[in-house]
Amino acid sequence: MTTSNFTLIRNAFGQLVFTGTDGEAHEGVVPVRAFAITAPDEGLALVNSHGKELLWIERLTDLAEGPRELIREELASREFMPVISRIRHVSSFATPSTWDVETDRGNARLVLKGEDDIRRLAQNALLIADSHGVQYMIRDRRALDKASRKFLERFL
Amino acid sequence: MPEPGNLRGSVNAWEENAFITSFRVFPIQLPRGRTALLFRGTLLCKVKSTRNFYFGSPAGAKIISQNSDPLREISRRCPQSASLTTALQGLPEDWPAELDALLAADETILAHLELDLDKALRFARGLILVTNRQLLARSGEEAAWQAFPYRNGLHLQRRDHAGVASLELLDTTGQLARWRHTLGRDTNARQVLDHFEQQRDAALTGQPVEAPPASICARCGAPLVPGQDDCPSCAKELYTPPSTWTLFRLWRFARPYRGQLLAGFILTLISTAATLVAPYMTMPLMDEVLIPYQNGQPLDTGKVYFYLGGLLGSALLAWGLGWAKTYILALVSERLGADLRSQTYEHLLKLSLEYFGGKRTGDLMARIGSESDRICVFLSLYLLDFATDVLMITMTAVILVSINPWLAAVTLIPLPFIVWLIHVVRDKLRHGFEQIDRVWSGVTSVLADTIPGIRVVKAFAQEKRETNRFKEANQRNLEANDRVNRLWSLFSPTITLLTEVGLLIVWALGIWLVTKSQVTVGTLAAFLAYIGRFYTRLDSMSRIVSHTQKAASGAKRIFDILDHVSSVPDPVKPQHLTQVEGGITVERVGFRYGNRTVLRGVDLKINPGEMIGLVGHSGSGKSTLVNLICRFYDVGEGAICIDGVDVRNIPVSEYRKHIGLVLQEPFLFFGTIAENIAYGKPDASREEIVAAARAAHAHEFILRLPHGYDSLVGERGQALSGGERQRISIARALLIDPKILILDEATSAVDTETELEIQGALDNLIKGRTTIAIAHRLSTLRKADRLVVMDRGVVVEEGQHDELIAKEGAYYRLYTAQTKQLDEQLARPESEE
Ligand SMILES: Nc1ncnc2c1ncn2[C@@H]1O[C@H](COP(=O)(O)OP(=O)(O)OP(=O)(O)O)[C@@H](O)[C@H]1O
Ligand SMILES: [Mg+2]
Repeated sequence: MTTSNFTLIRNAFGQLVFTGTDGEAHEGVVPVRAFAITAPDEGLALVNSHGKELLWIERLTDLAEGPRELIREELASREFMPVISRIRHVSSFATPSTWDVETDRGNARLVLKGEDDIRRLAQNALLIADSHGVQYMIRDRRALDKASRKFLERFL
Repeated sequence: MPEPGNLRGSVNAWEENAFITSFRVFPIQLPRGRTALLFRGTLLCKVKSTRNFYFGSPAGAKIISQNSDPLREISRRCPQSASLTTALQGLPEDWPAELDALLAADETILAHLELDLDKALRFARGLILVTNRQLLARSGEEAAWQAFPYRNGLHLQRRDHAGVASLELLDTTGQLARWRHTLGRDTNARQVLDHFEQQRDAALTGQPVEAPPASICARCGAPLVPGQDDCPSCAKELYTPPSTWTLFRLWRFARPYRGQLLAGFILTLISTAATLVAPYMTMPLMDEVLIPYQNGQPLDTGKVYFYLGGLLGSALLAWGLGWAKTYILALVSERLGADLRSQTYEHLLKLSLEYFGGKRTGDLMARIGSESDRICVFLSLYLLDFATDVLMITMTAVILVSINPWLAAVTLIPLPFIVWLIHVVRDKLRHGFEQIDRVWSGVTSVLADTIPGIRVVKAFAQEKRETNRFKEANQRNLEANDRVNRLWSLFSPTITLLTEVGLLIVWALGIWLVTKSQVTVGTLAAFLAYIGRFYTRLDSMSRIVSHTQKAASGAKRIFDILDHVSSVPDPVKPQHLTQVEGGITVERVGFRYGNRTVLRGVDLKINPGEMIGLVGHSGSGKSTLVNLICRFYDVGEGAICIDGVDVRNIPVSEYRKHIGLVLQEPFLFFGTIAENIAYGKPDASREEIVAAARAAHAHEFILRLPHGYDSLVGERGQALSGGERQRISIARALLIDPKILILDEATSAVDTETELEIQGALDNLIKGRTTIAIAHRLSTLRKADRLVVMDRGVVVEEGQHDELIAKEGAYYRLYTAQTKQLDEQLARPESEE
């Protein structure tokens, strides 16, 4: 599967339509990152609505301008991982605990069901899953302000 | 917006049930900051500050509910108004005023969804309303309202991915709008979807919407049992954090031993009091015997013997009492710990698979093992020590004051400093210990992870890496401990220093007082002896901080388990199955693991005694459906009924008695084969065990084992082959003679011949039982009455083998793929020749 020889357009239903070398058009293809956390910019796949891989993209920059923007757009509308910049308040240090946080996508309130929902990633980064499955990211917990760090410490 | 004054006309015509069929919500601003909601003809007034709700006209409002849920109150009074409560549940309090202009006077709001994300996936509040005429929406507080009157071809589509759901409005030509929300709003979104479809069809065809059945949960649409107002799946959405006064809650475990604890306490008290006698006797010994003798008077031997005897007696008494105390407390401590452990374990086993899915074995082991131990030691030893310390300190203080108030006052100087220090250090220690606990769980988790997987570790020669993983966990443990020790090592010498300084001051003041002849040398000596004790007590009391905080952090983690309510709770008002027929109905079932949707709108009806073959690609949700039928998890939406009774209304253990389950990964417990077969029915006779084993075609291989049925299977059954384990687990399921038999790939690991034999035996056994069999080898299912084909979480086809083949659909493809493979395999040797 090469990265040329295909067309990608968005139809009136807002779906991406992929046409490969065989000329078959696939509606509703979605871009998926292979390593969503460790290497988000490397290795993307275009997957059709049945979950079959249509195209493997080593790097987004390998693509022509048009499809690249379409994929960027689609990724932006699918990916939701607010990055926490400040923890304003936590309701209790015992779980379940409700946190009021500031994120890059606005202020939010999340319910942490248990300490196990905090996943440690490399380099002080944390991934916090709330009770409804939304993943919040903390890029570098050492870089948070003191109050937030203090709240966080109690759960680590 | 109508003025409150203008309401009167409509309110006069008020009838209690008038609003049920047609209502319209007006929020109105009442004087004194009240906000009210007005339904056509009926006022529901919410006083923001007190959460009282009024029902009636603004003039003569009656309180209908105080601090309770007004919507439930309404639905109780007017049973038909389920849709009203649904529509209003959680409707934003600050109702956008401009909406009134968009709604016609007789327009009814049927469902709403408060959006929490905008188009760019930022957190923002938006709203979608479904009325009987249109869909109204805006996707952020600043965005403009969009109105979509019902017309042909208009439809909504819902998807979710990674915790975000999207609702798309489409018509035949393209996408009209798209709204986003997090999964927390999913119940509302589903209602919006349902009502939208109903209302659109009603608006287009002119036929009124059928009223929903009365016994449906207003929030999630799950059927309710008559008389049970709490919907089981909604009830668990509440997130109340447990009380943080965990140490006090431990009293529950200490209560049964309060007698012994009291005895221990009294003994401690007396034995400590006995040790106080000694210094008191040194005072007269010095002043009446030694000092007069030094001044030339003869030695009063009688007095010497008396005081020495007294000293010996008090020492002996202290010894005896100390022995009794230690013994009693040690006994109590062990029993307390045992209770705590077994109660926690008992509770743990009742929790659902969902809980275990998110927990690490090592962590749970650490909690139940070592942390409970620490708590019981704390409760029975340190807590009493603390109590006696407090008492002794007061007693000594009294004695000190009675001897010399001035000296006594000086003695207390270090006390405020100590209290302050304890205060500072307490919270830090608590965090530290909590951290140590978690890190220690990490260490046990590594063990619990690696040891069962030792074959994989060895196969890939990764011993070194696993050692490193362990070392890393251990290193973290060291670091966490170091942090606490750094603090603690500073704390306790500081306390000692303070007491030493206190002693010094008393010496200095004492010497000064002796020179002024205000106290005798004997008094000073006794005083100093008491102070020694006083300060030791103070010292040990301050040291208890560490144990208290350790126990508090352990208690927090234990109560974490104990407070966890099973997500498959036993019903409040259980319905009992008197006679199980075995009919299973799966209605519109949806299910998610976390944020991953696995089943969507699964409908399935299985008649009593029918055998269903469940087929589909790997990962299509077959095992998940079985998990739901067994109630290992509760459905996210929809319902599963056995003989017409929702499984959530049947006590869990009673229900599972009727199910025989053979899992995809058979698990055997450490023990003999006979014990494993009889696992579901421990009192089974030997004949029954053998009969079950025969039926599962396990009998012969068991006889080949050195001790037959008494052979040990090894941990997790590792002394047996995969196929042997499967056959034992089939026997185990058959032995309990269940009405419902579920075979999840029950014969995937046995050879074809054995499989055929087991099949033959099963054919007899499935008679009269409802059977659900999952198999990848489709030939296994030839006896099934009906085949159900699943694909990516939905049922795509249903029917008999021949019908499905004729249909040339999903089953046909599965089948031909398999037979083709078989043909190829058969063909290959010929072509090679
Ligand atoms: N505990 C879990 N947590 C998260 N996802 C899960 C869990 N169990 C299963 N899944 C996912 O749910 C989907 C359905 O799994 P399920 O076990 O029901 O499949 P299946 O049809 O039984 O497949 P197979 O034929 O391979 O046994 C899979 O995509 C799987 O990854
Ligand atoms: Mg399975």
